[in-house]
Amino acid sequence: MDSFSLLWDGLANAVTPVNLLYALIGVALGTFIGVLPGIGPAMAVALLLPVTYGLDPVPSFIMFAGIYYGGMYGGSTTSILLNTPGESASVMTALEGNKMAKRGRAAQALATAAIGSFIAGTIGTLLLAFFAPALADVAVDIGAPSYLAVIVLAMVLVTSVLGSSQLRGFIALFIGLTIGLVGLDLNTGQARLSFDQPLLADRLDIVVVAVGIFALGEALWVAAHLRRTPLEVIPVGQPWMGRDDWRRSWKPWLRGTALGFPFGAIPAGGAETPTFLSYILERRLARKGHEFGDGAIEGVAGPEAANNASAAGTFVPLLALGLPVTATAAIMLAALRNFGIQPGPQLMVEQSDLVWTLLASLLIGNTFLLVLNLPMAPMWAKLLRIPRPQLYAGILFFASLGAYTTNQQPFDVFLLLVFGLLGLMMRRFALPVLPLILGVILGPMMETEFREALALSGGSVTGLVNEPLAVVVYVVVALALIIPRIVARTRGTEPEDQERPEEVVRR
Amino acid sequence: MTYTIVVGWTPNIFGRAALTAAAEQARLRSGGRLLVVNATRGDSYVDERYATGSELEGLHQELRELDVPADVHQAMGSDVGDLLIEAAEQADAAMIVLGIRHRTPVGKLLMGSVAQRVLLGARCPVLAVKPPEDG
Repeated sequence: MDSFSLLWDGLANAVTPVNLLYALIGVALGTFIGVLPGIGPAMAVALLLPVTYGLDPVPSFIMFAGIYYGGMYGGSTTSILLNTPGESASVMTALEGNKMAKRGRAAQALATAAIGSFIAGTIGTLLLAFFAPALADVAVDIGAPSYLAVIVLAMVLVTSVLGSSQLRGFIALFIGLTIGLVGLDLNTGQARLSFDQPLLADRLDIVVVAVGIFALGEALWVAAHLRRTPLEVIPVGQPWMGRDDWRRSWKPWLRGTALGFPFGAIPAGGAETPTFLSYILERRLARKGHEFGDGAIEGVAGPEAANNASAAGTFVPLLALGLPVTATAAIMLAALRNFGIQPGPQLMVEQSDLVWTLLASLLIGNTFLLVLNLPMAPMWAKLLRIPRPQLYAGILFFASLGAYTTNQQPFDVFLLLVFGLLGLMMRRFALPVLPLILGVILGPMMETEFREALALSGGSVTGLVNEPLAVVVYVVVALALIIPRIVARTRGTEPEDQERPEEVVRR
Repeated sequence: MTYTIVVGWTPNIFGRAALTAAAEQARLRSGGRLLVVNATRGDSYVDERYATGSELEGLHQELRELDVPADVHQAMGSDVGDLLIEAAEQADAAMIVLGIRHRTPVGKLLMGSVAQRVLLGARCPVLAVKPPEDG
């Protein structure tokens, strides 16, 4: 087990007092952000990106890993206690979790979510340590045409499979691709969509786009809907589980992990699909089937494990291919590039120390998560009393600071405002944010691969499909687009799940 | 002739103190009735001073025990004090009763107060009571 001895070395590197401190900060911040509805891990990582400019790559990634896992877990607290999912990955948790809480079993629901997250995150990280190098070995041989095909696959899956409306998904994707075009052409140096503005010709910084869309857009949206009837929070003490809860939880944890990791690793984006599948699976399998819909612990354990396992899974394509499949991973990719690290097949070889330390830090962050969250759940719930004006004032401060520090240009703060308004409009018209962010970050990559493939074939279109892998991937893309339509036609219903996560979150 | 008393009520000891005092006042007058107002700024996800289902049931139970005619009104707006004053003016109230907190002058400087807003803004007399537990 070569991977595991490398992981052990990484662990030895990661366990220094300073790194542990950053892990702690990351997990605390991530949970803080995850608990608050409307603010997800992607926003947290984007906001904190400028903070890491002065840090080494290792501590900053330890912090990001903590934020990612913490955010994934934090969402479950609000789902359970408030019936308001903190982020879209916890929508399924709310279904059974809140009913458990209403029946006085909030402590058990929180405990199964925390322990399930820990177990799934740990197994997921070990799987990651095993699969990422293997995938990287294969990926070294992948040529530009196949790489292009994989990027197209990621875009199509994220846009059309997730979310309620393919049309909205594609609108968001193309807005993102357009934003990705702004600035100097990477091959020829021509200015595109820059309106003769030298500052625009410099290309847009993904941090400014992401912070604008996530942070400013959300703040404006909240400002437009400031007053709402307060929700009823269910009081809770120390989370704990009885023997019966353990017995009923451990299988859903493992099944959730098994569903979550592969869905995180394939470029189908995010935790919505595996959490949904895990919920359905647990409901089918439940012997006490009648308890589902009435607060079944399996319905919390499964999806919560699935969302943390998928968070681990998203690191596989990110590290091995340089391909982000969630908004958070997209921001992390931007962060890696800021450190001059180009993720992809070479990363495992060139920066293997960093990679293994990062993987080890995921394990550490995950452990902190359990230590921090099990005793502190009641305290996290108190965060919900923070008045929104104060909360968003703080977020806006960090957003502006972050936008300014990317290039020390006041113009970036103006751009932040523009993207904030775009973010507000997207929320207003229920356009999903993830396709846009992926469009911005994958668009230039796609263009580079596209041109390289065409350059190799001397401009002939066959250059795009002259690798078997590329052809296979395009077939998958076609199937992903066609199958839902056929299913819809034969069933005569819309090809969507009854659950529409975005809308539940947006409310 | 009705004698309406507006009660600034919250589901805690301050609300209970105000309610008890207001009921005493109402019994002293002919046509005395209560208008129990529970308000929130509605700008945080959770406001434990805004009554929800079971707490409202408890309030109605308490009102039945006090045996005074009463209406309950929940409101949301930018300032809880203004909402109370508004409710009092609309109901042509004769008095507003509030539960208040023991506070030092410095504490007052730091924390805003619904009671202060009502005392300054109300046209009718204001009765402020402290719960017995709150020294």
